[in-house]
Amino acid sequence: MSYSTILAGVAILAVIAFVGGLVRARGHAAGPVKMHSQLGYYGWYAAVLAALPAAILITVWAASEPAVLSRLVARELPATVDTLNAAQHSLAMGQIQSISEGLPKLGAADLAIIKKARLGFTPVEEAQRVLKEHGIVLGSPPPPYVINAAADLTENRAISRYLLAAIAGLLAIGGLFYGVRSIRPRLRARNAVEKVMLGGLAAASTVAILTTVGIVFSVLFETIHFFQGVSPSNFFFGTVWDPRFSAAGSADTIGQFGLLPLLWGTLFISFVALAVAVPIGLMSAIYMSEYASQGVRDVAKPALEILAGIPTIVYGFFALITFGPLLRDVGAMVGLEIAATSVLTAGIVMGVMIIPFVSSLSDDIISAVPQSLREGSYGLGATQSETIKRVVIPAALPGIVGAILLAASRAIGETMIVVLAAGIAANLTLNPFEPVTTITVKIVSQLTGDLEFDSPQTLVAFALGLTLFVITLALNVYALYIVRTYREEYE
Amino acid sequence: MTVDAPIADGHPLPRLNDPARLRTRYAAEARFRIYGVAALSIAIAFLFGLFASIISNGWSAFLQTKAHVPVYLDPAEIDPDGKRDVSRFGLADYTKLARDALSKAIGLPEKQDKATKRDLKGLLSRAIDVQIRDLVVADPSLIGQTITVPLLAHGDVDSLLKGAIDRSIPEERRQLNDRQLQWIDKLTADGVLKKDFNAGLFAYGASSQPESSGLAVALIGSLFMMLTVALLAVPIGVATAAYLEEFAPKNFWTDLIEVNINNLAAVPSIVFGLLGLAVFINFAGLPRSASLIGGLVLTLMTLPTIIIATRAAIRAVPPSIREAALGVGASKMQTLFHHTLPLAFPGIMTGTIIGLVQALGETAPLLMIGMVAFVVDIPSSVMEPATALPVQIYMWATSAERGFVERTAGATIVLLGFLFVMNAAAVYLRRRFERKW
Repeated sequence: MSYSTILAGVAILAVIAFVGGLVRARGHAAGPVKMHSQLGYYGWYAAVLAALPAAILITVWAASEPAVLSRLVARELPATVDTLNAAQHSLAMGQIQSISEGLPKLGAADLAIIKKARLGFTPVEEAQRVLKEHGIVLGSPPPPYVINAAADLTENRAISRYLLAAIAGLLAIGGLFYGVRSIRPRLRARNAVEKVMLGGLAAASTVAILTTVGIVFSVLFETIHFFQGVSPSNFFFGTVWDPRFSAAGSADTIGQFGLLPLLWGTLFISFVALAVAVPIGLMSAIYMSEYASQGVRDVAKPALEILAGIPTIVYGFFALITFGPLLRDVGAMVGLEIAATSVLTAGIVMGVMIIPFVSSLSDDIISAVPQSLREGSYGLGATQSETIKRVVIPAALPGIVGAILLAASRAIGETMIVVLAAGIAANLTLNPFEPVTTITVKIVSQLTGDLEFDSPQTLVAFALGLTLFVITLALNVYALYIVRTYREEYE
Repeated sequence: MTVDAPIADGHPLPRLNDPARLRTRYAAEARFRIYGVAALSIAIAFLFGLFASIISNGWSAFLQTKAHVPVYLDPAEIDPDGKRDVSRFGLADYTKLARDALSKAIGLPEKQDKATKRDLKGLLSRAIDVQIRDLVVADPSLIGQTITVPLLAHGDVDSLLKGAIDRSIPEERRQLNDRQLQWIDKLTADGVLKKDFNAGLFAYGASSQPESSGLAVALIGSLFMMLTVALLAVPIGVATAAYLEEFAPKNFWTDLIEVNINNLAAVPSIVFGLLGLAVFINFAGLPRSASLIGGLVLTLMTLPTIIIATRAAIRAVPPSIREAALGVGASKMQTLFHHTLPLAFPGIMTGTIIGLVQALGETAPLLMIGMVAFVVDIPSSVMEPATALPVQIYMWATSAERGFVERTAGATIVLLGFLFVMNAAAVYLRRRFERKW
């Protein structure tokens, strides 16, 4: 019995409870005593009582079932399993898992073959073939004890589901009867229902917190796992990045995981990006808010917003097929050797991407500077540009610095442009015409392809992710701090 | 500019109406203005350059070269025993039938040496075998007839007709030899080789040949993910926003939630991918590459956007409306659901669309959870492996063949088209339902 069947059953009971509650409330409404709430609330009251406890039970059950079941299976396994190494052990567990998921799909004849294989009357290859016909592909023929355990697991799972169905059903029916029976005119059904709704709203708002907690813990956990194999000082101060994909289990090819070349690449590209985005973005913002006519604003502002709405993969592709080769050809014309994927290519294209972040935030901040300051300056005989440079910009400076820091954090966390346009070789260089690689590029390259969750080659991605998370978080917090501390308050 | 140094320092006050000084100041003013215009122009020029590059590279992806030749579906080849047994149809050599048809169209003799056969075969896509077989399996009565099928030409032929292969480079380094070029020219002149609308771009899944690869899997995968995001992120986001705006007490916990939401909005998207990999795949054991996981990750990523937009929309509903509702005896919850939320609805929709736009264009977190997969079959549920539109662009962008560059740009046009339509819908909603109180 699947969870969806059980949930559907509970939902049907809830509908019955709703109708029952409504009918009973109608009956009372015809009586002499005025009802406390509108009739619909009585229906909802009964439905909530029927569905909510059962739904909570099902959620808890679904979360804990796999762990309990695998504990039960592990207890029945023969002692030889304990002598297997970690990789073989997880392989055997995986086989048990996939066979037991497949068993319910098998017909009677095929089940008989499996049963024979389990008892040793048929070769296990036969069982493997049967399973393969039903879409369960196993790498090697399963040993009898695996089939045994899988059959047990299937059986236990079925029992667990029946048990759940029974308890959830009882809870729902009990809730239904209690809810419907307790309906009388004095019952404050609306208050009760609204309390549950408020609980739901509050629960939804915790998703944001859970996400942050999830990010921090999942990344931190795997990072600690990584540092058990590689020492933190090698990671944070290492200057060589050479993680060497190795075969599973061979310990001698650990490779080197130096963060510094990646960090340098990230910062170098971000610096180039800011060198492009800050002048262009800031000047655009100043021009739009101080000089431009309404007509120009109406065209230019949406155009810059389009720039912000283009997916980064499109920028990356543009850098790869058009901008990189263009830059290389221009470089060749003036005698510079620029690689098609280089710091400059990635940096300039990324700079264009973050122009709108700088310009739209700065635009808002510049527009917020009160007109009286400008007029005071004009009154002293300053030209418009002098007013902007000496009055408006200084007044708006904290906000502008905040905007630039936010743009920097965007640039550091950006992935697709650098994946396509920056190169993959870790390179500690000062030459902007050479390819470098970044933290994000290496996270992508370490995590695409086949993964093993116990090799440092995979786990290093989480350590890189944590570094990235901490850097961008620090930048954001610092930006917020600057804006809050140095903000000028005008009436 | 040291000219207007403070008077207090004892410097002589400069003459304000000194014409030379005024001229430099006005020149500085003009320069400053020009810088502003230049900055804005550079940004907009980049925008045009980007679109021009994508469109010029990609428009031809919507056309595909096909050979319209009459193919004789020879019963001796397809169905030698005459039993009309569908399982036998798969064994026939349809490529040979297509090759014979092509050679007849060129006017070659029936007896051919191996090199000729190979060159002929090189003009057609490898996918034609399946193309003809599917026709025969769908309608076995076609066997023995001669039908005109638009046969998919080889990617190199397509590239040649689109001008992407240079005829002047020496034969041994060219993908097509001189004889093939002659044939192609003849077939083009006869109207046999034609460029048609490329429906395959939207119908095929992954393939190693550019001419038979398409966006179907990516489109369905993206659709599934958008549905997941819409079904999860919108209710959770609206509920969170409503709670924070209307009910939340002013305390530490509420502050924590607010700070959290603002910070999540600035977390690099790739970190959400790491979360998805560690929690949904490694911990919860959901299948890799499934569009459900993509949808969940994108939901978490777009939640802050939707929450922030919804909060702004709820705040824009004037307090007088709430007070009126409360005044006639509605509870706070009734006020929210009967008055505030319906009035904030257009704003919520706009925010939702903006969130979906963000989710549709996102690539990096999907790479983490294994959506870079070679998926041939169109997925039928959210648990099956799929790719997404931007991920497909990434995969094609990293393929070497010339035909894939064109497909990549074509896919980019499709993606930008979707984003344009969604943004236009958001703008329309805002204009149509915007209320001023």
